[in-house]
Amino acid sequence: MHEMGIALQVIEIAIASIPEDLRRARVARVNLTVGKLSAVVSESLRFCFEVASRDTPLEGAELAIEEIDVAARCNACDHQWTIEEPAFSCPRCHSGNITLVSGRELDIRSIEIEDEANDTTDAQQPDRGRSF
Amino acid sequence: MTQQMPNNPTAAAASDLRTRLHHKEGRPGHHSHPHSRGGAPEETRHRATREIKVVRRVLDANDIMADQNRKLFSEKKVFVLNMMSSPGSGKTTTLIKTLGKLMTGLRCAVIVGDICSTYDADQLSVTGAPVVQINTDEFGGDCHLAAHVVARALADIDLDEIDFLVVENVGNLVCPAEFDMGEDARVVVLSVAEGEDKPIKYPLMFRQCDAALLNKVDLLPYLDYDRDLAVSNIRQIHPQMPVFSVSAKTGEGFDPWLEWLKGRIKEKLG
Repeated sequence: MHEMGIALQVIEIAIASIPEDLRRARVARVNLTVGKLSAVVSESLRFCFEVASRDTPLEGAELAIEEIDVAARCNACDHQWTIEEPAFSCPRCHSGNITLVSGRELDIRSIEIEDEANDTTDAQQPDRGRSF
Repeated sequence: MTQQMPNNPTAAAASDLRTRLHHKEGRPGHHSHPHSRGGAPEETRHRATREIKVVRRVLDANDIMADQNRKLFSEKKVFVLNMMSSPGSGKTTTLIKTLGKLMTGLRCAVIVGDICSTYDADQLSVTGAPVVQINTDEFGGDCHLAAHVVARALADIDLDEIDFLVVENVGNLVCPAEFDMGEDARVVVLSVAEGEDKPIKYPLMFRQCDAALLNKVDLLPYLDYDRDLAVSNIRQIHPQMPVFSVSAKTGEGFDPWLEWLKGRIKEKLG
């Protein structure tokens, strides 16, 4: 339900991560990891990102979301497993004393900026420069 | 000249438009750069990009603010409880009852969050505790309270004059679970009128909380409600979480809950 707020945060962090010398380059992709136990719906987040990134340097960028499994480790027997359904006890020794190893992520991993050498826009016009 | 990409709904349309813009000027001899794509959206995705590592939590602005709140609460020796639930579970009534029993020994205050209205603040004012109502519509109709909103509300509370601050969150079993506010403990209130299945349907909320209150147990004679199943569902999500069966209306079951809460407060404040 708060995907718009999350999208705005993603946009803010991603824009701040564009290196100074690449400010004019197009951001092709923002890579995000979202744990399956986070209160975020990927589809809604993508939609909000698309809307909220208009008129920003991220306009048209793809929001690539990698979903991370919920994994846990048992503090009693050290067993580690992936939680597939909402049950948080150790399947081996039935202890409820567990630590979640993953599944709560909501992280920006990286941004991908279009390589200017392969850019097909007319941003580079060396011939015009030479006419001086 | 830099060609700004116009906003287009699909990658295919964008790609097509970019190609047209690009070829429009048609200067001979200017096409020395490789045309690595033909306009199909799949190919667009394969264009060479430079990856820049970021590795930041999306909510780190909230987490930083929550840590600042936590530090302030420690300095001022205030225990902070975040109360969460779905709308209509009886959070406010439970809180009024809880404060009524606690306020003889503790100086309490409440921050109450709602999307709209001051109804809860009016209700809570009978306790005599200072109450700050936050309406999240001023912040975009948020479905939860975030750390900066609580920080702002603290301007209206004298932390030197209180020991116990309750933040009654916006009624919602989803989003509030995601946002740390700097609190010391979290409780979720679940009423027996909501069905036994809620813990399984909203696992994050029940994982994140330190205790659960099963409220409105005075209604049990009138409902087809399996309390054991509800408790077992809560324990399936959070095996070691204390569950207190209470009725905010009759006061039934409040003593164990109050003992637990006092224990947690004492742990922090001594």
